[in-house]
Amino acid sequence: MNKEEKLQDIPAEIRPFLTRRRVLQAGAIGGAAAVAAACGAGGSTTDSSAPAAEGVDISETDKKVVWSNWQAYMPLSETDQTYPDLVAFTAETGIEVNYTEDYNDNNEAYAKYKPLLDKGQSLGVDIVTPTDWMAALWIQNGYAMKFDDANIPNKANLNEAYRNVSWDPGRSFSLPWQSGFAGFGWNKAKLKETLGTDKLTSMEQFFDPKLKGKVVVLSELRDTIPLVLSWQGNDPTNFTDDQFQKAIDFLQSKVDDGHIQAFTGNEYIQALEGGDVTAVIAWSGDIGQMGADYGFDLPETGGSIFVDNVLIPAGAEHKANAEKIINYFYDPVVAARVAAYVQYISPINGAAEELLKTDPALAENPLIFPPDELLKRAYSAMTFTPEQAAKYSDAWAKLIGN
Amino acid sequence: MSIAQESIIKKPIKKRFKRTPYLLVLPGIGWLFLFFLFPLSTLLATSLQKPAGLSPDDGYLPAFKVSNYTDALAEYYPQFFRAFLYSGIASVVCLLLAYPIAYYMAFRARKYRNLMLVLIVAPFFASFLLRTNAWKTILSGDGLVVSVLNSFNLLPQERILNTSLAVIAGLVYNFLPFMILPLYTSLEKIDPRLIEAAGDLYSPPSQRFWKVVWPLSLPGVISGTLLTFIPASGDYINAELLGSIKDKMIGNVIQSQFIDLRDYPTASALSFTFMAVILVMIYLYIRKAGTDDLV
Repeated sequence: MNKEEKLQDIPAEIRPFLTRRRVLQAGAIGGAAAVAAACGAGGSTTDSSAPAAEGVDISETDKKVVWSNWQAYMPLSETDQTYPDLVAFTAETGIEVNYTEDYNDNNEAYAKYKPLLDKGQSLGVDIVTPTDWMAALWIQNGYAMKFDDANIPNKANLNEAYRNVSWDPGRSFSLPWQSGFAGFGWNKAKLKETLGTDKLTSMEQFFDPKLKGKVVVLSELRDTIPLVLSWQGNDPTNFTDDQFQKAIDFLQSKVDDGHIQAFTGNEYIQALEGGDVTAVIAWSGDIGQMGADYGFDLPETGGSIFVDNVLIPAGAEHKANAEKIINYFYDPVVAARVAAYVQYISPINGAAEELLKTDPALAENPLIFPPDELLKRAYSAMTFTPEQAAKYSDAWAKLIGN
Repeated sequence: MSIAQESIIKKPIKKRFKRTPYLLVLPGIGWLFLFFLFPLSTLLATSLQKPAGLSPDDGYLPAFKVSNYTDALAEYYPQFFRAFLYSGIASVVCLLLAYPIAYYMAFRARKYRNLMLVLIVAPFFASFLLRTNAWKTILSGDGLVVSVLNSFNLLPQERILNTSLAVIAGLVYNFLPFMILPLYTSLEKIDPRLIEAAGDLYSPPSQRFWKVVWPLSLPGVISGTLLTFIPASGDYINAELLGSIKDKMIGNVIQSQFIDLRDYPTASALSFTFMAVILVMIYLYIRKAGTDDLV
């Protein structure tokens, strides 16, 4: 079964139109703002136990909601550059959606928003979409507001597997948006040219000297490190400092000998398309959206899995509206449309059935419907203590040249 | 008698205007205080803080931790060095590229002069990031530039993107107008009759250039190199988008320390050191080159 070939079955009109430049631009502006904010906030210590500021909810009078999400995470109509599901939501509820793709990096967003959150100020954003570990940090610091479950009846549709996480039991503060894998992505034609096969399955292949200077690795620590840890025979869900260091040392040697060309976020899409790199450690949906010329798989020794969550930042002005739109996307029919487009795993019960009704071919797509065999070798990096987080991030930053 | 009268009349006039210059600079001073000195002192204070706990979330406490500076320098001196090396090379290349353009505009372009000026300024209409990102496409592996150069085996790494060449090329591209414009203004001020006179005195073209044009254009050269070198050495966008791991400059480190690691003291210490080094370099440069008629 060649899973990648199924990707081309996605209707052309919902294939992504990725505006990476816009995202980068937004990211840089955000970064500059964060630096400015950080300078001002550096002098004060923060009280992490401060309760979330309960902003005045003006949802009723001001019918809008602001959502900061990752890039290419919402079905986009290629013909008129609108988000059909958001348009439908506005038509149904009268709530206008200000949807931005400026959630570009967990750390960056946290650095940008933290000074405001510490001061109890509104972010001007009603929904943010952090990854699990970052969502845990937000909730732990009191930066998220508790959902009013009456506004989210569809919460009942959440898949059992996601209902209880240690950092948010019962999901009162966060709800999964999409889940996906980090593993190998490659350009089939180029790989065949260099390695003589169009399938990339092992770390040995990925670090084959023939691919020297032709690979790019994800700059997100928690997505990349499980691949190396599991390959070295260690458990990514429970590892020691020494094991972490061993993984870093290995990657450092591959940086030094020029095997790894760069560490990037989803700019690797451009690099893959431009022919500069042959193989990448990438997020599954990105490669899935790129079409049949590109392959995605987890290394046989193991890859990583992540969950991105929606949560409402403290002080958000349109909390009720935010809950309504979350509820809207927790409808299996809508969730199925999103999953088909973004090529990630939907955390919503019934989405799979809906998806199969509209497009049975997608059932064969392991990125959307991961078989157990795939899930078994998908690890989520263990939760770091604050000390570990500081130490590991520092080592990681040095590795990636910063 | 008449002298005394004059002085009596003059005195009050002098007095009346005495304070005016100070009043006139007041808004400027206030602006500088608010947006330069105040942030700068905050930065200095931050650079000496010590962490309150093991995680950046615990915040930082006021302290006098000078080791922030030594630790940061010991760890990141390669990126410092690289920043100055890359921006130094970029400034020189800019000068070599810009001089003929500015010369042509000042002496030969005539009716095309304004058109050329517009063309040089036009890239500014597009965002800096967009323009730099466009280079990724231009220099990509399947692109024309790389394919042509590769067919002559001119690229040791078989690529341009994610090499130091790409970073320097990006810097040159982005800061070239800052070199052309000051050069043009100082070249344009040169009286063409001076060159004619040199010719009348039987000086060959090369001597005409080195003895007349070049010395008179020095103020433009100096301000151009400063305008190119300073922002280029602090730039991190080019290294981020066009460079590999081994091409990161000090700007990237500061950015990552501020944003990713939230290690504000280290980031501030690096920023401060960077500013100090730049200041010293510029001081030496200007002292050597002279600022008498730096316009």
